[in-house]
Amino acid sequence: MKPLLVLPLVIPMVTAALALLAWRARRAQRVLAAIGSLAHFAVALALLIAVSRDGIQAIQIGAWPAPFGVTFVADLFSGIMVVMAALMGVTVTLYSLWSMDPEREAFGYYPLLNILLMGVSGAFLTGDIFNLYVCFEVMLMASFVLLALGGERAQLEGAIKYVTLNLISSALFLAAVGILYGVMGTLNMADLATKLHGGVSPGLATTLAMLFLVAFGIKAAVFPLFFWLPASYHTPPAAVSAIFAGLLTKVGVYSLIRVFTLLFTQDTAFTHGLLLVIASLTMLTGVLGAASQNEFRRILSFHIVSQIGYMIMGLGLFTELALAGSVFFIAHNIVVKSNLFLISGVAFRLRGSYDLKRVGGLYRSHPVLSVLFLIAAMSLAGVPPLSGFFGKLALVVGGLESGAYGVVAISLFVSLLTLYSMTKIWAAAFWSAPHENGDQPAERPAAEPRVGMLLVPIGVLAALTVAMGVGAEFFLGLAMRASEQLLNNVAYIEAVQVLGVTR
Amino acid sequence: MEIIFAVVVGGLYAAGFYLILRRNVVKLIIGLSLLSHGANLLIFTAGGLTRAQSPLVPEDAHALHIETADPLPQALILTAIVISFGVTAFMLVLVHRAHQEIGTDDLDDLRTTDT
Repeated sequence: MKPLLVLPLVIPMVTAALALLAWRARRAQRVLAAIGSLAHFAVALALLIAVSRDGIQAIQIGAWPAPFGVTFVADLFSGIMVVMAALMGVTVTLYSLWSMDPEREAFGYYPLLNILLMGVSGAFLTGDIFNLYVCFEVMLMASFVLLALGGERAQLEGAIKYVTLNLISSALFLAAVGILYGVMGTLNMADLATKLHGGVSPGLATTLAMLFLVAFGIKAAVFPLFFWLPASYHTPPAAVSAIFAGLLTKVGVYSLIRVFTLLFTQDTAFTHGLLLVIASLTMLTGVLGAASQNEFRRILSFHIVSQIGYMIMGLGLFTELALAGSVFFIAHNIVVKSNLFLISGVAFRLRGSYDLKRVGGLYRSHPVLSVLFLIAAMSLAGVPPLSGFFGKLALVVGGLESGAYGVVAISLFVSLLTLYSMTKIWAAAFWSAPHENGDQPAERPAAEPRVGMLLVPIGVLAALTVAMGVGAEFFLGLAMRASEQLLNNVAYIEAVQVLGVTR
Repeated sequence: MEIIFAVVVGGLYAAGFYLILRRNVVKLIIGLSLLSHGANLLIFTAGGLTRAQSPLVPEDAHALHIETADPLPQALILTAIVISFGVTAFMLVLVHRAHQEIGTDDLDDLRTTDT
């Protein structure tokens, strides 16, 4: 079972290395990327099954006894996240095979995509807070280049903002890690958890927690630290936007959940109360920002921010049901949000613009695409029986049980506004009559572009959101078990401590 | 000694953030490097400033018996320096490309993607 823990890192790394060796052979790179992403998905699924059956898995690289050396741990939450990351790898790779332009492919698009996946998987699996920083940097480096690759003016502008904000966040993260090490003398998360809960003054722990909150908050794009996201995510090609939207902010959310369930639970009234306030403001500002936009991907970018609020809400409520809601909601959001970005890419191919005023009549010409959009959009807004409904249901019920009526009211109101802005896209881009203003043919390619194959990954993701809704009992059950493990972290600590015995 | 280092770290952070807030992109890059230097020095200080021998285990022993400096913060800093070197190199190329494409080094002119 043990090699399974590192395979989700090794496979993308090997794929990227092989693809780099085949630098001039674009066809070979495409084949490698496809095989690599499928293999990555297979091992991720095997890891999740192993964790679900045998409990938390942990491994020490190089057999140094814990808490020294490099620890990798997979609990159910990590397992679920790795599977979602690998799923994004497969669908975005498939989509890229049929949509990425030859110039970007020739300059290392597929190796970069795989390095990104390696960093993301590493962040989900590492059991050591400094390695979390390293994995963040691996992921960020790949994302910097992916964002700027192509060198269009908007991309470069977006990249400068994105890189700057992420570097500030990394510097804060590094400072927090340094102070944590100075105080605790260890960086292994399980070891930190035991030491932080005995002997350290709660004030000091909470101060450290705030440093991590800001560092991860920038990455997760929570209020008031989200402004880099809507300024950059709409600039690269749709496939890149989709994987960023699906995975990068979620790594920030994952780190917040990991740190605020395992390490910093000394003063939950303050820290988790603050998280609830942040969650409410994030939901609200995100959705209001979206309502003021008229461009397909900018609307979606603001919705990323808004949805992050829901994920933090479950963490802030800090009950088993609410946290399960968060886990379920993250998985749901990765599927749906990436899918919407992929669909926006198809709409751009067909109409030559992301501006809602210039995209129109898609329902008449492409009914299948429109239905797929409708499924994803309704799921985002939380219409039953799609997956978004059950995520929000768990969060709302969890909130009502803890008596947090304010945040519940805001989350329901934000749902309504989400529905409004999804309807806006539907009405303008799909339902309306085609715009015959004569300004389109200039930008439209001469031949009607082929989009048939692009619908395959979109269809898969749409089917998945339906499946997660219809089979909510199974998926929510899994999320409940993940949330139990998160709240009761003894098993996590023991799984690592067992490795401390010298063999 | 710690106090001097704390002041230096604070100064580096202050200078870094001041430069990031300027409009010139080159100052932005210098500011970001100063921030990462500040973080590295912070780790160094937080790891404990001890004047001691290097942590080498003698040939006939299996563990350290003498007082030594903690080697881990230095290993962390080394990793962080390598990462920030790579990132700075990327940032320089990015700014150079942006300057070629847009023709300005004023951050106030990079507003077309803002919302």
